[in-house]
Amino acid sequence: MSQKFTLTVNGKAHTIEADPDMPLLYALRDDIGLNNPKFGCGLAQCGACTVHLDGQPTRSCVTPLSAVGKAKITTLAGLGTPSSPHPLQTAYIEEQVPQCGYCINGWIMTAAAFLGKKKKPSDAEIRDALSGLKCRCGTHMGIVRAVKRAAEMMG
Amino acid sequence: MTKMDKPAGFSRRSLLKTGGALVVSVGMPIGLETVTAIDQAFAQGTRPPLTPDQLSSYIAVNADGTISAFFGKIDGGQGVDVAIGQIVADELDVAVAKVKVVMGDSATSVNQGGASNASGIEEGAVPLRNAAAEARRVLVEMAAGLLSVPADKLVVKDGVVSAADDPSKRITYTQMIGGRYFNVPVEWNKKWGNPLSIVGKAKPKKPADYKIVGQTVRRNDVAPKVFARFDYITDVKVPGMVHGRMLRPPVAGAVPTSVDESSVKDISGARVVWKQGFLGVVADKEWDAVRAAQRLKVTWSQVAPPFPNENELYDHIRKAPVNKRVEAMKVGDIGPAFAGAAKVISAEYDWPFQSHSSMGPGCAVVDIKDGQVTVWTGSQKPHYAVEGVAGILGVPRDKVRAIWVMGPGSYGRNDAADTMIDAALLAQAVGRPVRLQYSREEGHAWNAKSPASVHRVRAGLDQDGKVVAFHFEAKSFSRLDVASNESEPRHTLAGQLTGLPPKPADIYLFPGEAAPGGPYSFPNKLMAWETIPPLLASASPLRTSHLRDPLGPELYFAAESFVDELAAATGSDPVEFRLRYLTDQRDIAVVKAAAEKAKWETRPSGPRGPTSAVAHGRGIAFARRGKTLVALVAEVDVDRQSGKLRARRFVVAHDCGLIINPGGLRQCIENQTVYALSRSMWEEVHFSREKVTSVDWATYPILDITEAPDAVDVVLINHPELPPSGAGEPTVRTVGAAIANAVFDATGVRLRRGPFTPDRLKAALS
Repeated sequence: MSQKFTLTVNGKAHTIEADPDMPLLYALRDDIGLNNPKFGCGLAQCGACTVHLDGQPTRSCVTPLSAVGKAKITTLAGLGTPSSPHPLQTAYIEEQVPQCGYCINGWIMTAAAFLGKKKKPSDAEIRDALSGLKCRCGTHMGIVRAVKRAAEMMG
Repeated sequence: MTKMDKPAGFSRRSLLKTGGALVVSVGMPIGLETVTAIDQAFAQGTRPPLTPDQLSSYIAVNADGTISAFFGKIDGGQGVDVAIGQIVADELDVAVAKVKVVMGDSATSVNQGGASNASGIEEGAVPLRNAAAEARRVLVEMAAGLLSVPADKLVVKDGVVSAADDPSKRITYTQMIGGRYFNVPVEWNKKWGNPLSIVGKAKPKKPADYKIVGQTVRRNDVAPKVFARFDYITDVKVPGMVHGRMLRPPVAGAVPTSVDESSVKDISGARVVWKQGFLGVVADKEWDAVRAAQRLKVTWSQVAPPFPNENELYDHIRKAPVNKRVEAMKVGDIGPAFAGAAKVISAEYDWPFQSHSSMGPGCAVVDIKDGQVTVWTGSQKPHYAVEGVAGILGVPRDKVRAIWVMGPGSYGRNDAADTMIDAALLAQAVGRPVRLQYSREEGHAWNAKSPASVHRVRAGLDQDGKVVAFHFEAKSFSRLDVASNESEPRHTLAGQLTGLPPKPADIYLFPGEAAPGGPYSFPNKLMAWETIPPLLASASPLRTSHLRDPLGPELYFAAESFVDELAAATGSDPVEFRLRYLTDQRDIAVVKAAAEKAKWETRPSGPRGPTSAVAHGRGIAFARRGKTLVALVAEVDVDRQSGKLRARRFVVAHDCGLIINPGGLRQCIENQTVYALSRSMWEEVHFSREKVTSVDWATYPILDITEAPDAVDVVLINHPELPPSGAGEPTVRTVGAAIANAVFDATGVRLRRGPFTPDRLKAALS
């Protein structure tokens, strides 16, 4: 049965009516119309759907709406803007990371949470923190460079 | 809804005729009649027909001063559009930031073949370069008339044409033609697709005059992507659209025999579309479509399991009847050469089915309204998509417009084409626009695969250890059970599921392609390939088509591993051995450049010193792909206990003729190296006798970032005197052999079957 849910996404409240079992990803994409969390696998295996729930990186493709509660949801669009970018967004541009870029959401959202907790990580720590995320184009070297650059920017 | 790139051109009265200020501003004694005559000779308000023989089909000067370059290919993420922009900007003498490359829309560009064969620059840039040069010529000629200055006394800078000796005599491209279209014919070579080309009266510039080509230019798509302001194909929305999902059989080849629609009646808006083997659902919301596909009760036909046991795959290939055999390369006569050889060395190499498994499953949106069909597709060949959609729907081609939108990865014939044809059938059946994105399982298990193959290689050596005969035999499933484009519906899942007879091409190596072993001056050579029948003729999850660097990884894994075996058998250093038999100076230069950058230690490969828990080794591989040359050195660690391989560092020397964008090229090569490492270490499509069992990232593992190398060092060799050749794929084919050769150097063990998983390596080491 459908229920009403109020989701706070990037500081804005949205009320939707949906199946409590529906993964958050579908609410964000289909009901609220955001394009940044991506559907990659629906199995929490790739990270393309990652959002922050109260700052915690979370795979929205397996998070049922019923589990979201009052958590504040942050998506890539809420992380920073061209006029006020997150260091990772700046670093991605500086390092020109993409090939297709469909995976970007997962890497940046996961790395943002990691860099929020860990100052000046080593290359190995960066790789460990990002382990499990997928990129199919092979941009891994660029990703490591960008995260390292962002870490340096964040001091 | 995705905003579409539209040319800024619109019908309006001539700027020159209405804009008297222009004539006044240049202050020339020139009459309105002259202005009108010049104008009418070259320009018009409406776009001439979109045919390859019109300059306007490639270049437009927009009212805002930007240039549109209409490119009949696409960029799947490698930055081809940036390079095209550089080339056009250089020929036109405008700033590169002013050039907007409009790609992959069948309504705005001619069919240049879509993304194909790493030909975006090698072939695709040629008509754009020639068109830009011709546009510049026309604009200078217009300016000559308007400024009353001879064309050869005019200079162009940043889109401003001025008299060389009097800069006050000036006029801009925008003033002359901005917002309207060229009305200038060009000479078309009457070819479509990749080889489509044109020439105008103008000659393009000499490489020495390039100012923008050869510079690193940044991409325009990175900022929108990181700020979530970039729409992929998955983000396209059309008013009134519904979401689709497809259902696939539990045993490959089975078809629905009964469908219980009541099983989804409580799901809002759920509808079933069933036509022979084609079965899908739609619903207003995507999650409802997902649920409906999960819940729908279907009875499937009983069919015999179509596949062999996976562990018998290579036996199956070896024993299978041969459909077709072609001797692709023959030099001298290997028969007598082998008969007279002092020693014969042989080895066999196996490579599995591999999968696109794109980052996101395929997606498409199809809208059929008033007889007009609009398709938004991630297919890298949108112009061919027009034909495929028209064919499956039974409508004329001119009623279909296909608009390419960046998909979640596009390296060949992935599932983008199939989602599009499925979506077209769903949209036609339900009378609503349909957005269809496949499930992860479909994205893995049901996309077309690259073919599994075996490669038998042998060589004859004389008494001095000199190679006198080289014989390479590939035996494989066809490389193209379905075509590399979707212009014929029978080359799609939906087409085959609705009864169209498949038409596999019996082909492995493309005729004329550089064959493995080709560059080496062995006096007698034979390279032959054989195809075998597909395991399942129609709608097979193991049907084959093109995957990033088609056949490259497997052919060159075999060929360059074997060359390494020859070096070892003759006690030679692998670099020195290759240089002994290479004769082309570019081949030699690229191998030397890689060795030098890698600080290659000259010695025969093989384990040295006492056995350690982790063995270190280095290996090299060299390959041509078309006119592009790559030599790659891999440095690896092998954990003898676990069998785990770690590729620490790669050095890639790369020669693709004239370099357009060195920064972009470097990254493109780096990314290919890492991608190919994934193919070499992990990727193998698993299957049971009933179906493909690689259905997600757990059952089809790929490279993890913790396994990425510490460094990929790229050495670019620039040849401004040579035309640019493809750079999007050649590196891929060198990685497998270089790693296997490095593993031999580390451990003395030859890897003759890919991928090099820990289990396989451990077994080989024990």
